[in-house]
Amino acid sequence: MADNERDYSWPAPEKRSLIGKRLNRVDGPLKAAGKAKYTYDVHPPGMLFGKGVRSPYAHAKVASIDTSAAEKMPGVKAIHIIQGPGSEIQWAGDYVVEVAAVDEPTARDAVRAIKVEYQPLPHFLDDFTEPKNLPEDNGPLSPRDIFNMLDDDDPESTKRAVSAIQQRGIKFQVTPQLVERMKSNEVPEEVIKALQSAPMKEEQKTDSPYQKEAETVKGDPDAAFKQAEVISEGVYGCPVITHCCMESHGSIAEWTDDNHLMVHISTQNISASAPQYFQALSIPAGNVHIHQDHIGGGFGSKFGVDRWDIAAANASKKAGGKPVRHMLERDAELEMAGSRPSFYGRVKVGAKKDGTLVAWESHTWGTGGPGSAGAPQVPYVVNVPAIRRQYVNVRTHTGPARAWRAPSHPQACLITMGALEDLAAKLQMDPVDFLLKNIELTGTRANVYSEELKIASELMGWKQKWRPRGQNGSGPVKRGLGVSIHTWGGRGHSSDCALTLHPDSSVDIKMGTQDLGTGTRTAILMVAADSLGIPMEQIQLNIGDNQYPPSGPSGGSTTIGGVSASTRRASVDALHALFEKIAPALGAQPGDLEAANGKIQVKGNPAKSMSWKNACARLGAQPIQVVGKNPGPGNLIDSGVGGAMMADVSVDTETGIVKMNKMVCVQDCGLVISMKTAESQCYGAMIMGIASTLYEEKIMDPQTGRMVNPTMDFYRLAGIGDVGDLVVHMMTGKGYDERGPIGLGEPPTVSPMASISNAVANAIGVRVPFMPITPDRVLAALNQGANHAAV
Amino acid sequence: MQPFEYTSPKTKEQVPALLGNSWGEVEILAGGTDLLSLMKDYVTTPRRLVNIKGIQDLHAVNFNPDGSVRIGALKTLAELAETPELQKSHPMLAHAVGDAASPQIRNQATLGGNLCQRPRCWYFRTGYGLLAKDKDGKSLVPNGDNRYHAILGNEGPAYFVSPSTVAPVLIAYQAKVRILGPQGIRELPLEKFFLVPRAEQEREHDLQPNEVVIEVVVPPARQVHAAAYEVRQKEAFDWPYATAAVALTMNGNTVSNARVVLGHVAPIPWLSPEAAQALTGKPLTPATADQAAQAAVAKAKSMGRNAQKIQLARVAVKRAILKAGGVA
Repeated sequence: MADNERDYSWPAPEKRSLIGKRLNRVDGPLKAAGKAKYTYDVHPPGMLFGKGVRSPYAHAKVASIDTSAAEKMPGVKAIHIIQGPGSEIQWAGDYVVEVAAVDEPTARDAVRAIKVEYQPLPHFLDDFTEPKNLPEDNGPLSPRDIFNMLDDDDPESTKRAVSAIQQRGIKFQVTPQLVERMKSNEVPEEVIKALQSAPMKEEQKTDSPYQKEAETVKGDPDAAFKQAEVISEGVYGCPVITHCCMESHGSIAEWTDDNHLMVHISTQNISASAPQYFQALSIPAGNVHIHQDHIGGGFGSKFGVDRWDIAAANASKKAGGKPVRHMLERDAELEMAGSRPSFYGRVKVGAKKDGTLVAWESHTWGTGGPGSAGAPQVPYVVNVPAIRRQYVNVRTHTGPARAWRAPSHPQACLITMGALEDLAAKLQMDPVDFLLKNIELTGTRANVYSEELKIASELMGWKQKWRPRGQNGSGPVKRGLGVSIHTWGGRGHSSDCALTLHPDSSVDIKMGTQDLGTGTRTAILMVAADSLGIPMEQIQLNIGDNQYPPSGPSGGSTTIGGVSASTRRASVDALHALFEKIAPALGAQPGDLEAANGKIQVKGNPAKSMSWKNACARLGAQPIQVVGKNPGPGNLIDSGVGGAMMADVSVDTETGIVKMNKMVCVQDCGLVISMKTAESQCYGAMIMGIASTLYEEKIMDPQTGRMVNPTMDFYRLAGIGDVGDLVVHMMTGKGYDERGPIGLGEPPTVSPMASISNAVANAIGVRVPFMPITPDRVLAALNQGANHAAV
Repeated sequence: MQPFEYTSPKTKEQVPALLGNSWGEVEILAGGTDLLSLMKDYVTTPRRLVNIKGIQDLHAVNFNPDGSVRIGALKTLAELAETPELQKSHPMLAHAVGDAASPQIRNQATLGGNLCQRPRCWYFRTGYGLLAKDKDGKSLVPNGDNRYHAILGNEGPAYFVSPSTVAPVLIAYQAKVRILGPQGIRELPLEKFFLVPRAEQEREHDLQPNEVVIEVVVPPARQVHAAAYEVRQKEAFDWPYATAAVALTMNGNTVSNARVVLGHVAPIPWLSPEAAQALTGKPLTPATADQAAQAAVAKAKSMGRNAQKIQLARVAVKRAILKAGGVA
């Protein structure tokens, strides 16, 4: 049988021995006992401690650097200039000079002994104020500008785009890959032709921090608003927050000889880290050994080899190859190692009296620090028929943005679901009924959302508990409910799974993937053991090393699909090879055999069987070695999920303090491989989301340009007492299982801000527009609401 | 970290001689929960540490027949919280020490250290000094992010808030603090212990650089109706926006004597005679509690970002009064 005809498909429900079961994670005991080794725990003999001189200015030029005093300090083994004189610093806390010393206190003292003179430059931090005085809209276009201009339903949009391309020019290369991508996104032929002959122009330098993106218009929003019978207007938004990984970023770099670098690094990206060292140090990627056993959180902030990692490698070289550890201290972690972009918006949304949505208009803005903030697309999930939207990117000196679970989605969801809840309140409709009324606007997943909203309502007791605004209790403490829906892609990434069946009956798997704490080890073992019909304990799983076959980075919820599919294919291929060996002994054809319960048996005739051990013994001296790949033959994975979330809160209207009573998460992720770790993703997402809704904010001081709360005192996260009752329901069975595993890390993180802030609005009768929902904001909203009522 | 000399006296009498004559030269190490992070961040760079944890008689707690209690400065918050007699004699104190910070910190932090801990002002903690000034000597607080800063006693130059949640409770109970210096032991009411620094080299209390807190004496409180209320967002391990500790002596339903102390609103624990006066001689009702709460914050001023703290302090006072009087 040729490979492409082999049946790799997921076992039918009655055939699954492990897949979908609620098992403890395999590394749970190690972690609970403190025996799991994180990068932070790696202390090779002779290790030096790397620390950096960090800029106290948010925006400055490095004028001069004097390292002489530090060089003379006993115990200082290497000093490496990261950003020399003339370099322009774009955020406070950025590294300028690296020091490596024999112990941590010496390294810190040496850092203080280095004299760096700066020429301070004006900094700009304000991402909150609505952008005014925008630069003229006539510069060259970006690919996103062009996507924004196009509207499938409006043939005129093609003409407008072509004319804009010809007049304004473009600021990017029209590569064959881009053309390919545009074609697959149904960009009209005329537009692609216009691009191919468009003039390339340099973007004009501007002093303005604002970059306006091309306006998107879909349908006829002006006409639609005229037809709307009820219109709601509001402002919404969330500030920059940080990832705040419990294990900070960093690595231990050691030149084991002149041409080989050993790196222990806290990363989401084992297989693709070495090439990043090549870019910085010109060392062949094959000579860089990357290793990580466990990671203490990444959330999207640990894909890259960072400035401090390269600095540690440089310092190691200068120190004769001794290992240099540079793990960020908490303040550096919070200041620089990950910011989620802010997003604010002024929204107008209109509906018919029966709740039918007709029009949306939004002016949104946000900052991703010096670069782009990613332009979250609103309206989110609910595709209102007529839309006008404008986005402005605000460039600031608040520090660089990084991907944070479901980039752009939580922000877009907050603004969309907030605006829709306000409209529902104005329509005097239950927001669940309102969403269901418009559910067809969600497109292909409308049925999933409907089913999930029904289940979530039951788990929340929505019908019994929900009251219209203003009817949520007579005392100072008001109770309210909120709802939100969300989506994500989550198609499995590229993954190679090297699986070996040994004649001694043991099995080992090697994969250059990483377990982000999501349970990847557990899931791989469940797939392999279920497929091979043997216990998980019989399989030795090796991951977290770039000497194993590559897997993609763990980002965008791509890991579970990737590693499950490659492991399934490897297991099926290995079994097939084993069947070929032993089929004659069982008097059967290889295709008639199956593996179950530690045996190889003839399908439908369990009496004709051979134990796994005896089967493997027939391999003689030669183990079976296969590599399963994703993508690969057979339709094992899919993309696109829906989820619904509901929140129940109590708000003290005298103090403005919000307490979580309960949250319900109903989530689809195709075929659930490992039920318990899947549920854990949802619990973690809700807890993380509660923190970003109620507590988290990267607070920048306008005078110093620095973050004032880079500590766990004032960069506050939710504790166990703050999260209330958390309920998770995973969608399984028909309609879900047959799609195969789809990623789950992102989707449940999308709706917490939206559902909780909607619950607060429902409780107190007015919208608290901006996250985090702290007492000052609640009290201000109540005061404003009272003033409005008085008027 | 600057190298430092480490000493570990065995008797309290040895301590004053080991301490310096100016602030910053020498630091006292007890639980270390605050000091170590200040040193790691170079906010404090002492040349000598005097570890007093080995002084046995500072670990004692003694309940006197009259109902008063003497608590050694080295008693940890966890030990105090778990002392059954204290739960009976001074329940508001037992609750306050059991509710502070986190279990890890309570196991390590001492009562003396709790009173002497440094402010959490984020400018102070990031190296701008106790009075939070920029290079040109201008205070960063009034024009900066002052959402957690003082609303009372905020005329400057100090704008931070006193960080202890235990001190207001002790002051409400009329506790005294005993201090050992080269001239021997002196005792003063705890509310007099806390001072607003006027200059960068001053500290937030009345200690001399060569003095050490050795004991806290809390008078009998059997007849006192006491309760505290903290306005904080999180259930645990969170700095409050405002706290209030109230101790009432009642004559029937009439308040015959009252002490109202606010925390986290001023550079010192803020004793409010205005609130006490508003209550004294009045029946305890939601209306009188509200009037007292209004009086407590009548002089409060926002610095721009901390207006909400005026409301939160008012609510804390009102709720503490009602809780103390058993009305709520």
